[in-house]
Amino acid sequence: MRIIISNQSELPIYAQIREQLKEQILNGQIEEGTTLPSIRQLAREAGVSVITTTRAYSDLEAEGFIATMQGKGSVVLPKDNGVVREQYLKRIEEGLATVIETARVIGLPGEKLTEIFENLLHASGLK
Amino acid sequence: MELLEVHGVSKRYRNFQLEDIDFVLPKGYIMGYVGRNGAGKSTTLNLIMSLCKCTAGSIRVDGLSCEEDEARYKEQIGYIGDEFYYPVNFTLRDIRRILRNFYPTFDGDRFDALTAQWQLPEKMKFKDFSRGMRVKLMFASVLARETKLLILDEATNGLDPVARAEVLKLLQDYIADGEHSVLFSTHILSDLEQIADYIFFIDEGRKVLYDAKDELLESYVLVKGERRSVTPALAEEMIGVIDQAYGFEALMESSRAELLTRDFLCEKPTIDAIVLHYIQDKTQSGKEKAV
Repeated sequence: MRIIISNQSELPIYAQIREQLKEQILNGQIEEGTTLPSIRQLAREAGVSVITTTRAYSDLEAEGFIATMQGKGSVVLPKDNGVVREQYLKRIEEGLATVIETARVIGLPGEKLTEIFENLLHASGLK
Repeated sequence: MELLEVHGVSKRYRNFQLEDIDFVLPKGYIMGYVGRNGAGKSTTLNLIMSLCKCTAGSIRVDGLSCEEDEARYKEQIGYIGDEFYYPVNFTLRDIRRILRNFYPTFDGDRFDALTAQWQLPEKMKFKDFSRGMRVKLMFASVLARETKLLILDEATNGLDPVARAEVLKLLQDYIADGEHSVLFSTHILSDLEQIADYIFFIDEGRKVLYDAKDELLESYVLVKGERRSVTPALAEEMIGVIDQAYGFEALMESSRAELLTRDFLCEKPTIDAIVLHYIQDKTQSGKEKAV
């Protein structure tokens, strides 16, 4: 687990913690079933306030990444869980929206874009 | 559960008044009590420590008021100020002895462990201690007792960055079990800002702002830009405009940030910046009234 807090970032500290944990859960660096450090432990280790880490965890819980059980701490949920799948779909959509925006800048037609996408799919072995 | 409850507290002196101060600090959290010099920070802390009596209002620490049981009330509180009270010729051993006689819950072994951990010199006299060593000794004296509330009055003033970082860890260790709380006053937050859960901002004896720190930081944005780009509608929303040679800086509620065009630079503020602009705002509106 890695948390790097930037004072220059426009994101508030709780959001930085939330996003970094989310990233590591999504890319598998933090495996499902892992028990995260307690809110107070994390606050101490990261040198931030307890309210800050509480907020980060409750956001992650609301988004379905972790579950907090009394006395057991916060556990990373399996990724095939519906809510997390939705998060992934949202990310895919956002990524594709950026692609379309970029294509628009140079006036690339939709068919050309699909062609690039198809080629990349073949190359990656997903198709 | 609240550890410290301060309700409707007022204190009147001939030339200073503390008016209707009201806040709670739950168990296991840290509150920063901020404001400029003479704002009423130390007066509030002195009232909590029961060094003087409130003109009105009530104060409880872990449910207990000073009137109910003064000795037990005071035993729950550990205080570290920016002055040091030990006799100049005392060594660690002398200090250990007086503390043991003075405080029923003083644990000599814990005191020794802490002073050893921070490498405080055994034989040196107190007068030869550096400022950092003195602050650590004050912490050892307080942490060796069974307190519930730690009160720091400008205690980190004049500490070097390494010592300050050590103090931050100490405070976080103190609250780690969720049973102890810290109330610290300061006129410059800087690095202490990061560990504070709550902020109470006082000026001229009255509350200006009081909220969870994260909420406060999110409620405001810092705006920078050129004065001529400011529309009258925008000028209405700006708090404490500070003019500089080539532009201005002001505070604004984030909910009003939609008024900002691309002509302006928008940043997240620090608590110190919020304090600065609020005081600037007060000074300006005071001047306008005078005119």
